[in-house]
Amino acid sequence: MLRIRKAPMGVGAIFILLFPWVAERLPAIEHYPDLMVFAGIYCLMTIGMSLLMGYAGQISLGHAAFYGIGAYASGILTTQYNLNPWLCILIGSAAATAVAVVVGAPSLRLRGHYLAMATLAFGIIINIVFREEAEWTGGPDGMGGIPGLDIFGYSFDSIHKYYYLVWIVVAIAFFFTIRLIQSPTGRALRAIHASEAAASAMGIDISRSKIVVFAFSAILASVAGSLYAHYMNFINPSTFDTLFSIKLVIMIALGGMHTIWGAVVGSVLFAFLSFEWLHQFGEYEIVVYGLVLMMVTIYLPEGLVGLPGRIAQRVRR
Amino acid sequence: MASEPHRSHLLEIEDLVMAFGGLTALMNIQLRVAKGTIRAIIGPNGAGKTTLFNLITGVLSPTEGTIRFNGHVISGQKPHKIAALGISRTFQTVELFDNMTVIENVMVGRHLHISTSFFKCGLGLPAIRSQETAIEAHAMALLDFVGLADKANSMADSLPLGERKILEIGRALATDPLLVCLDEPAAGLNETETETAARLIKAIKDKGITVLLVEHDMKVIMNISDQITVLNYGEKIAEGTPEEIRGNPKVIQAYLGDSIAVV
Repeated sequence: MLRIRKAPMGVGAIFILLFPWVAERLPAIEHYPDLMVFAGIYCLMTIGMSLLMGYAGQISLGHAAFYGIGAYASGILTTQYNLNPWLCILIGSAAATAVAVVVGAPSLRLRGHYLAMATLAFGIIINIVFREEAEWTGGPDGMGGIPGLDIFGYSFDSIHKYYYLVWIVVAIAFFFTIRLIQSPTGRALRAIHASEAAASAMGIDISRSKIVVFAFSAILASVAGSLYAHYMNFINPSTFDTLFSIKLVIMIALGGMHTIWGAVVGSVLFAFLSFEWLHQFGEYEIVVYGLVLMMVTIYLPEGLVGLPGRIAQRVRR
Repeated sequence: MASEPHRSHLLEIEDLVMAFGGLTALMNIQLRVAKGTIRAIIGPNGAGKTTLFNLITGVLSPTEGTIRFNGHVISGQKPHKIAALGISRTFQTVELFDNMTVIENVMVGRHLHISTSFFKCGLGLPAIRSQETAIEAHAMALLDFVGLADKANSMADSLPLGERKILEIGRALATDPLLVCLDEPAAGLNETETETAARLIKAIKDKGITVLLVEHDMKVIMNISDQITVLNYGEKIAEGTPEEIRGNPKVIQAYLGDSIAVV
């Protein structure tokens, strides 16, 4: 059976819970909770993508578009239509689902990396829409004035409060996905990954399964986009470009795409890499990402999550 | 044109043609398989046996002709739809889910009979959990039937070929099929393993399941089949009981060659 070990979850939960409290007391890492908000937002996206890539074996190079759909749905509907932000998150998710089905259905019926091609093109098109439909989106300058989130009068108005909000959402997505993997649905996905011929001979509707997972990952990306918009109160199209879609793939490769843990580890590490450690490379940053991706693919095909196992293997020899 | 479907015929194939570009893999095939029997399809390599299997299970759509199964026209339907109607199969090159344990492989075979709702699964509802327990028990019983109960928790890719083939048959049975298509179940097996496989196929028939069998091992064929259909270069050249096929000069010449004696 596919069992998920409980101990790492407990350690992870305690770490997330105590991190802001510790960071507050250490001036050197005082600003880390802010980074962890972004890490959590990335996590939400990579959890869905990890299910799509690692379990269903499909690659999306356009997830930034779903991220953007969520962000702009929240931005436009709250500022121009005065809708309740939580309602906007739902509307954004519904829009992302509809778009995912329309884009995914034709390409997922085919074998091979058609989804990667279709989503790449789709991501570029959506980004152009964000840039050009200035009347709604504010165009390349972006749009501001997006309200923060509150619930029953409790406002998530500080970094620490927002940190907990984001990580609660991540935890929900994480546990949902873990349960899914252990369920008949997860088994069917792993079956598809191992042999499409045998999976369909067992009565599994392959296209449908892939579309459902793709739509699920689009919903998570859309929610992440909404959370981003309400945190930053400002959005602009360059956040949701193709480069970001590729960064999401790097996060998963970095962490390891065969477990959901890989998505979590990869996202957190990537947030720190991009905001703390790598921006000194300036415009060469992208070259470093390329190198990181290459090194990981060659030397750590299972990602960082697979590293302890590898070391243990070496030691035993 | 279509004749009245005979009650006891589970599978009826009429005027089936399969062409790949200019190559005709199957020409005008007629085939009727009676319920509860073992039907062997034999013929030299390239005769079109696996193509026939792929047509019956929906991997391929025929160029012409129809395939009827249990009252439904299945030709041109998708594999998972055909599986739902009651046809299951194994593959010539064993297609197990190597990323899973032996019992999980069989549990996948229960897919058609369980709830796989995305949200119920993600929420981990008690209904899904009790369903898991039930299908685990069902899979275990099947493993017991095929003789792999002691390997339930081994990884599928750790099994030797003989057991892999047996596991594939067990998985095929998990869908509760009316018809199982076995593509060379004895290929690559030693004598003991072959005997085990043959005994298992007979046991499947005793359960009332119809078996369609592609096989090269003549001993197995002659021992367990009720009817044999012989294909050569995409055409049906003979059909009958093992005794009839054994003595058919056309078969001896076309399939077995002049110098090889029939077992």
